[in-house]
Amino acid sequence: MKAASPHGIGETLRACARDPKVIAGGGFVLFLLILALAAPWIAPKDPLEQDLILGATPPLGFAGAQPGNWLGTDDLGRDVLSRAIYGSRIALTVAFVASSLAATLGATLGLLAGWYRGWVDVVISRLVEIWMAFPPVLLSILLVAVVGAGVGSVIGAIVIIDWTRFCRVVRAETMGQARSDYVTAARAIGFPQMRILIREIFPNVLPVLIALISLEMGIAVIVEAILSFVGLSVSSDVPTWGGMIAQGRQILHQGWWVLSTPLLALFLTVLAFNLLGEGLRRALDPVMRR
Amino acid sequence: MSDDLLVARDVEVAFGAGKSLFGAVKASVKVLQGVSIRIGRAETVGIVGESGSGKTTLGRALLRLVDVTSGEIHFDGQDITRLPETAMRPIRRRMQLIFQDPMASLNPRHTIRSIVLEPMIFHGVASNQADAEARARAIFDRFSLPAACLDRYPHELSGGQRQRVGIARVALLAPDFVLADEIVSGLDVSTQAQALNLLKELSRDLGLSMAFISHDLSVIRAVCDRVYVLRAGRIVEEGPCEEVFASPKDEYTRALLDAIPLPRIDPDWLARTTGAGSAGDMDGAK
Amino acid sequence: MSAPILAISNLSAMSDRDRTPILRDVSLEVERGETRGLVGESGAGKSTIAKAILGILPRTVRVTGGQVRFEGADLLAMPAGPLRRLIGERIALIPQDPMTALNPGRRIEAQLTDGPRLWRGLDARAARTLSLKLLDEVHIRDPERVLRSFPHELSGGMRQRVLIAAAFALEPRLIVADEPTTALDVTVQKQILRLIRNMQSAHGTAVIFVTHNLGVVAQICDNVTLLFGGRVIEAGRTADLLEAPGHPYTRALLEACPRYDRPNAGLRPIPESVIANLRAELARARAPR
Repeated sequence: MKAASPHGIGETLRACARDPKVIAGGGFVLFLLILALAAPWIAPKDPLEQDLILGATPPLGFAGAQPGNWLGTDDLGRDVLSRAIYGSRIALTVAFVASSLAATLGATLGLLAGWYRGWVDVVISRLVEIWMAFPPVLLSILLVAVVGAGVGSVIGAIVIIDWTRFCRVVRAETMGQARSDYVTAARAIGFPQMRILIREIFPNVLPVLIALISLEMGIAVIVEAILSFVGLSVSSDVPTWGGMIAQGRQILHQGWWVLSTPLLALFLTVLAFNLLGEGLRRALDPVMRR
Repeated sequence: MSDDLLVARDVEVAFGAGKSLFGAVKASVKVLQGVSIRIGRAETVGIVGESGSGKTTLGRALLRLVDVTSGEIHFDGQDITRLPETAMRPIRRRMQLIFQDPMASLNPRHTIRSIVLEPMIFHGVASNQADAEARARAIFDRFSLPAACLDRYPHELSGGQRQRVGIARVALLAPDFVLADEIVSGLDVSTQAQALNLLKELSRDLGLSMAFISHDLSVIRAVCDRVYVLRAGRIVEEGPCEEVFASPKDEYTRALLDAIPLPRIDPDWLARTTGAGSAGDMDGAK
Repeated sequence: MSAPILAISNLSAMSDRDRTPILRDVSLEVERGETRGLVGESGAGKSTIAKAILGILPRTVRVTGGQVRFEGADLLAMPAGPLRRLIGERIALIPQDPMTALNPGRRIEAQLTDGPRLWRGLDARAARTLSLKLLDEVHIRDPERVLRSFPHELSGGMRQRVLIAAAFALEPRLIVADEPTTALDVTVQKQILRLIRNMQSAHGTAVIFVTHNLGVVAQICDNVTLLFGGRVIEAGRTADLLEAPGHPYTRALLEACPRYDRPNAGLRPIPESVIANLRAELARARAPR
């Protein structure tokens, strides 16, 4: 018996848990998830509570810091740390929901195009090509501006733009799988096409898909930040990292911490998703690839 | 001939034909032309050819895994050339395929149990999971495969074990016809002999008809009753093995036989040429 | 009788990963101009020996004893620089798979002239003349076109001819042919075998022919060494081995070969008893660590 390469579910999970990138990236995402879920209990202060007297106070360790505001306050006296923690809720919500929906839509169309080929493939492929010709960020801004602000619109915008990424990759993977001998074996046994697609091909496409979803989450977080930066995301009283960056930009010289905190949070989050995605791709890819 | 299980008449397979999106006609490549083959009941027929001869495509065409552009294929008296997939399903159980590379033909994400049991349940060969399991264990025992293999994944088995699983999967469906596609190429001589013996035994016990595809005439001699020699998509010679091997009529067959080095001292072998060799090698073209 | 060009004595090696023995006390000799077959089933150790001769043993293989003497010098004890030069100039390889042995991104001319330009310091023009001569020797018509081509534009047989030409380019004393015809059609195989034999007599090169095919050995090897489990089971003149095999394993191996001139050949696998006895032999002969 040879050394295990990740093919069975148990082995696969174990291989993932051992990969350093998965641990680093996944660990941070998990941490963020806990922050987001437990925000009302963890955040030291109410993120919306203003205290105009306090004004912009710097983080602890700097002159003029206020105890209780570990990362300082913005010019309206709101606690930066608490706002950042609450901001993670929007970021993660958009990340998880938008990526899953985009993946589902893109992967389904990719599987169909890659397996059935013929006119199904022609239609879907042309659709993807045309769709990808639009500049993504501009399109999402346009969509949100037309449909109106809110988390739903942001998620919708991301899904509508990014499904194509999943479609292309899944289509290519499916076409490659379709040529394999075990698919021919399944056809020779007489299994119906749908069953072959779901039982034989999809499990082998799934690893790539999972890795891609993780990367997509990083992208979604950035897109949301951009939209909230320009004020096209959720309403302005809900704290978002993008909104904080927009605000912090204006008082950069008086209160640099208002910008740096959400920027750091964004950076770490996207880095974590990217590491997770890369680690998963390595851990989930069968070692023996033809 | 009612005694024949599988008959192919004037089969032609061409790829790449058709129109592009804007109406330009694309040239097609004829992989098989005018191929007629018959395989009798309980008979083992060899199909031999070098690379590019079309032998793999012929095998796939016989099993309706590749579409035939013209000609007919009859299985047990029924014309299956253009039968829709739903009608083909029960027939598929009766015509099965064993692959050259068992690593590639076993889905790496399925357990051996799943690979071997599901076809049986799908075709109703086994009435339920327990019945299927019992049958699988019985045949594993017969093939000297440990029952523990059922819980494993393909990459955890040795090459020889995978080969036997591939044969077991097919045998459990109790087919009438089996296509063995280069199943011993690249195997050690001893493992090859084991696999060939297994196949011969199986074919005898189940009364199987077999089409044995290979590029190796020596292997074909060991298992086949009759042989078809394929060259560039056409059959150039056919007949019972003793006749073809003893007195080959076609130049190409003679060249193929002559090119095989036998494990005996033959001082003239190297210098001997019979003329028709592999086309295009000497003049630098592909 | 002059000294053998290659003398491997008591070579033992094991895998660093799981400490299993790969080679057990292997000894063999190759005379000048001789063609010696190195035969065995997979895992017998023949590629390991070939790699030891070429100086490309993987890091996971550790030599635990013995010598590999080429023209008197122990290759295993030489420092890297001189070893590279010695092997580059005097020992050549004909690889197994012509499809992957050539760099798909470089033209044939560049790849053929690598060796001569590196080790003989030939300039571009002299190297070109040499390559044309070599391609002519391997019976390639239109050598100019072939020189300009990329590997994927040539057939498998053509590529193997180019590789043979490359092997003989520096007039090596010894050539290691690692299953050079396994990936080829049988008719092409015969042409290539004939070519190797002819080139070898013309240049007086010794050849170690690694293969698992006893038929090939019978037709082109003067002498043969048979391996199992990293140990030499039998060695001697090819004719002797084929007609009067001494060891039961040799006999069983010959009987297991399918032959088109014998209807029932190829269906007699090597008996379990023979293998069991062999394993016992191997265990008994295990060298003390």
